[in-house]
Parts: sequence; structure tokens; C-alpha cells
Amino acid sequence: MSMAAPSAPGAATIEVHDLSRRFGDLEAVRGVTFDVAPGETFGFLGPNGAGKSTTISMLCTLLNPTAGRATVAGFDVARQRAEVRKRIGLVFQDTTLDDYLTAEENLRFHAELYGVPRAQAAERLRDVMEMVGLWDRRTGLVRTFSGGMKRRLEIARGLLHSPRVLFLDEPTVGLDPQTRSHIWSYINDLRRRESITMFLTTHYMDEAEHCDRIAIIDEGRIVVIDTPEALKASVGRDRVQLHTADDQAAIVALRDRFGLEATVSEGAVTMHVAGGEQFVPRLFAELEVPISSVSIARPTLDDVFMNYTGRTIRDAEASSAERMAGSPWMRAARRR
Amino acid sequence: MSTEPLGTGPVSTEPLRTAAAGTAHRATPAPVRVAGGRWRDDARAVKVVWRRELIRFGRNRLRIVTSLVQPVLFLFVLGTGLSSLVSKGLPAGSGVNFRTFMFPGVVAMTVLFTSIFSAVSIVWDREFGFLREMLVAPVRRGALVAGKCAGGATVATLQALIMLALAGLVGVPYSPLLLLTLAGEMLLAAVTITALGTALASRMAQVESFQVVMQFVVLPLFFLSGALFPIRGLPTWLSILTRLDPLAYVVDPMRRAVFAHMHTTPAVAKVFGATMTWGSWHVPVSLELGLTAAFGALMLGLAIVAFSRTD
Repeated sequence: MSMAAPSAPGAATIEVHDLSRRFGDLEAVRGVTFDVAPGETFGFLGPNGAGKSTTISMLCTLLNPTAGRATVAGFDVARQRAEVRKRIGLVFQDTTLDDYLTAEENLRFHAELYGVPRAQAAERLRDVMEMVGLWDRRTGLVRTFSGGMKRRLEIARGLLHSPRVLFLDEPTVGLDPQTRSHIWSYINDLRRRESITMFLTTHYMDEAEHCDRIAIIDEGRIVVIDTPEALKASVGRDRVQLHTADDQAAIVALRDRFGLEATVSEGAVTMHVAGGEQFVPRLFAELEVPISSVSIARPTLDDVFMNYTGRTIRDAEASSAERMAGSPWMRAARRR
Repeated sequence: MSTEPLGTGPVSTEPLRTAAAGTAHRATPAPVRVAGGRWRDDARAVKVVWRRELIRFGRNRLRIVTSLVQPVLFLFVLGTGLSSLVSKGLPAGSGVNFRTFMFPGVVAMTVLFTSIFSAVSIVWDREFGFLREMLVAPVRRGALVAGKCAGGATVATLQALIMLALAGLVGVPYSPLLLLTLAGEMLLAAVTITALGTALASRMAQVESFQVVMQFVVLPLFFLSGALFPIRGLPTWLSILTRLDPLAYVVDPMRRAVFAHMHTTPAVAKVFGATMTWGSWHVPVSLELGLTAAFGALMLGLAIVAFSRTD
């Protein structure tokens, strides 16, 4: 009944207002603003170096913002760190397990550090380990685990103290495709079982599809926030790719005859047109360059990214790598 | 309302858990409550970090054995080799040889190397990511540093106790009082040096820096400590350097304790016993140990400050 300000019912679990972070001359995050609702899975999608990890570090109280503010579970990330830390679980980009301890010892270390009461710890530990299918391997040294098992163990550990928010920084980076899809089935399972808010970052377009909403971030700024469906619908146009006998001639002809800006991408002449199916018959009739194959694709998040930033995510990664090359902090942050 | 004023918290989770167990077992893991209380949290953090060090130490038997190789070589190979040279200056039948003299120095060396190695393992923790797991926990960073120092000091003391067990082989008596005194001094030295190592580790970004610490910190500390030679009657420059070495204030009390329990002639005790002087003043053991403790506290403070920073 009372109007408790910090965590009123229905209030956002994560509130971020104009959050910025600079490292010397490098502005890694340039004033991002967004809210994440309770129980929502919210994704940050962008190339490496776009500011995703920096944002997550600030929300997890590991890095001070240089401007702006953010609250997690109603507590300020810069001023109420301990309160925030009790209520969040973290799965980092790089593994943060002790290789020389067993799976169970790693989790017990975490439980004690987070003050999980001993009476409940044993049961909770078993619950989370069973959830990720590692209960049978609990006495194995982490050193002997595969990359996928380690990641699952970290997810279990992140949940051990029943956090309000689980942060996942690139949860599947460096894993093979099959393991990636396994990890995602665990994460999706988890969303159903525990009514937990999740904040994740990824540079894999297909992974962003798992989110309720995504924010596309590029060069430290949020370009757009919406559901994956709405974002794809906003692009509207289909992607048409051609294999031709002479790509340069095809590009010139497409511009002259159809007024289309085509580029060579992934080894094929690529363009975006509304109503791809209707366009292809015209293409065959009017393009003088011989065509060996055609493919039409509905808009993907790749197209969304290109639509909002004017470049592909791969190009963006190449240029951000250059942007960061001079910054010693970034080199240190990326050290393995 | 007034029937369950205190029991609301724990009681309210009960129906939830039984309901879950009734339908599908463990379908919905019961949420746990994270306990409060700042000091209790910190004490628990110290304990859990300390215990991790012990688990890792106990699991690495090979390291325990390899850490003994160097002090054993110093004591029995170098010690025996130099004995033939040094004993010429000793009165015949004094019952003391150079190995006896070196023994406290070699025990202190074991403490030094093990403590530094334990502390600098923080750099490995950083490299392999585990440090982050600790740094994001809802506990004060000071508690983590304290736990690390307590763990490293315990490990170093245990390792040095193995060396201490060899006392009889070099003519040092197994007197309970002597062993207790030495063990206490080892523990103090271990805490101080682990704190020094932790402070150094807070500044080390990569594993390669470990070599730098070995060459520029550990070896000078060792050589200048008087572990291998009496620090009396040295050239002025060397005399000054030895007095600036914190480890010298650990080696000297340990050696005094050893010689206090041995039946030697005053002449031998004069050469090999207490040697720590400032000018012509003999520094008392209590001051030496006090200085060691103060230096350790300073280093611990520096380490806590360094780890408590958020960028």
C-alpha cells in the first residue's frame, strides 16, 4: 500500500539514464538510456568494442560511470554497490572458475561468499547443478571440464544466491555451434523456471532472437530498442543475393536500370528490395548480365543492424578494433 | 496480524517449497535468502578465501615437495661445503658448524619463497578470471585481501614447519620452547611477507611480472637478510643495505632463539648469535618483531587500498 520509492511494484528492475564511460580519450559508452522490466530478457546487440562489456561492468558495479546514473533492483550502481551485488548473478565473457577446485567446491565458495545460509545452501546447490546437468560431475575438477560444461557451471553459480537479475556477458562466445545451442536451451529453460530478469550481451545475431527486447548498440550509443520482430518488420525489405558472371557489370546495371544500390557481400551481389518475389522475374527479364543463382531472404537482424547503422556487423567490428588499438585500458581489459 | 510478527520471513517460503516438491521435484528451485550483517559477511569471506588457499595447497603435493628442494640444497649442500671453510675459524669442539648457523636462515627462506608465491598467485587468479568472481561478491575487498594473506601465511608456515622438522639433522635441539618460538616467528614473518606480496600483486598486470618481482624483490630480500652470513663486521654499504631489509629482522630473532638453546662457548655465540645492531646498539628482539609486524600492517593496508579501488 505504501509508495516505496526504490522498488515500487511494476517499477523497472534495471533503470539506466544517460550512462557514459570514458577511458582517457576513448568514449566507450556515450549516454545510453533504457529500462528493463521485471522478468524481461533484454539483450545488448552490437559488434565487439561497441560498449557492451563496459555497460555491463558499470551495471555490475565493477566500473564507475563517468556520467549518468543507473539502478539495479532499486539500488544505485555507483553508491549502493553491496546492495546491488547481493541481488545480481554474473556470467562473464571469460571463465571465472577456479580450475583447481571441483565443481562443487567452486559453487560452495560462491555460496559462502554470498552468505547463502548453510541450511539452504546444500539443497539450492543441488537444484542449480541439476538444472544445468552437472550434478553427476560435481566432484570433478573444473580443469577437466569442456568449455561448454564450464559455461553451464558458471550459469549455475550465477543463480546460486537467487539473484533478481542475471547478467550474461557474451554467454556463448568461443563455444562451438552445438554447445552454443545447448547453452541457449539451458538459458531458455531457466527463464521459464525462475522468474528472473536477464540482461545479456551478444554479437551473434541469431542469439539476439532469444531476447524479449534488444537494444542495438554501436560506437557507444544505442541506435534502436525494440522486440526482434518489430525490428525486422521495420526493415520491411527482403535481401536478394545474386551470383553472376560479372559482379561489377551487374552492380552498374542494377543502378542504371533499377536504381538499386547493390554491394558485394559474402561473395554475392547483395541488395535490399521490397517484395523480393515480384522483383526477381523482372531481374531475369531485364538484367543483361548472366545470372547463375538467386536467393531471397526475409529480413534478419543482420539487415536490421545494417539498416540502422549503415554497415554490417562485421565491418563495424573491423573499425572498432582500429578505434581501440591505441587504448591501453582496452588492451588490458581484453587480456586473456 | 500479530500472530506471526517474527516468523513471516522463513515461514512464508515453506509452502512454496513443499508445493514444488509435491508436483514435480526440483522443477522450481526454491529461492534462497542472502544473509545480512556486514561484519559477519566479512568474517565469512576471510574464512572462505583462506580455506580455498588450503584446499589448493593440499591438492598440490608436487609443489610441497619441489618447494623443499631449494632449502634442502642450501642447507645440506651449500651448508656442508662452506662448513669446511668456515669451521677453521671456530674453536675446536664447539659443537657448532655452519649448517647450524644457516638453519634459521634457510627456514626463513622457505617462509619467504612460499609466502611470495602464495601472494603472487593473485596474478594468476586475475589471469584465469577467478579474481573477478571474488571482486564482484557483496563483501568488502579488505576481507578478501585479509583472507588471501591469512591463507598464504598459513601455507607458508606449514611449508616451513616441514623444514623445521629437520632441525635435529643440523644439531639444533627439539626443545618445545624453541620450536614454539620459531613457529611463532615464522608465522609473523609469513603474514608480513604475504602482505608484501599481495601489495606487489595489486600492481602486477600480468604473469610475466612475477619474474621481475623474483629478481628485484625476493632475491635481494633473501641475500641481504643475513640468512647465509653474519651481518656483523660488513663493509658499510652492505651493512646499511642489510639493515634496510625487513627479512633481516626475522632471521635475527630466529637465530638468537636457536643459539639461546644451544650449548656453545661465548666466543661462538658472539660470532654466530645476535648480530642485529644499529651503530653499536643491539636491537632487542621485541623491537625487531614489532618492526616486522608494523611493516606487515603497512603492506596489508596498501594492499587493501589498492584492491578497494573501482576504476
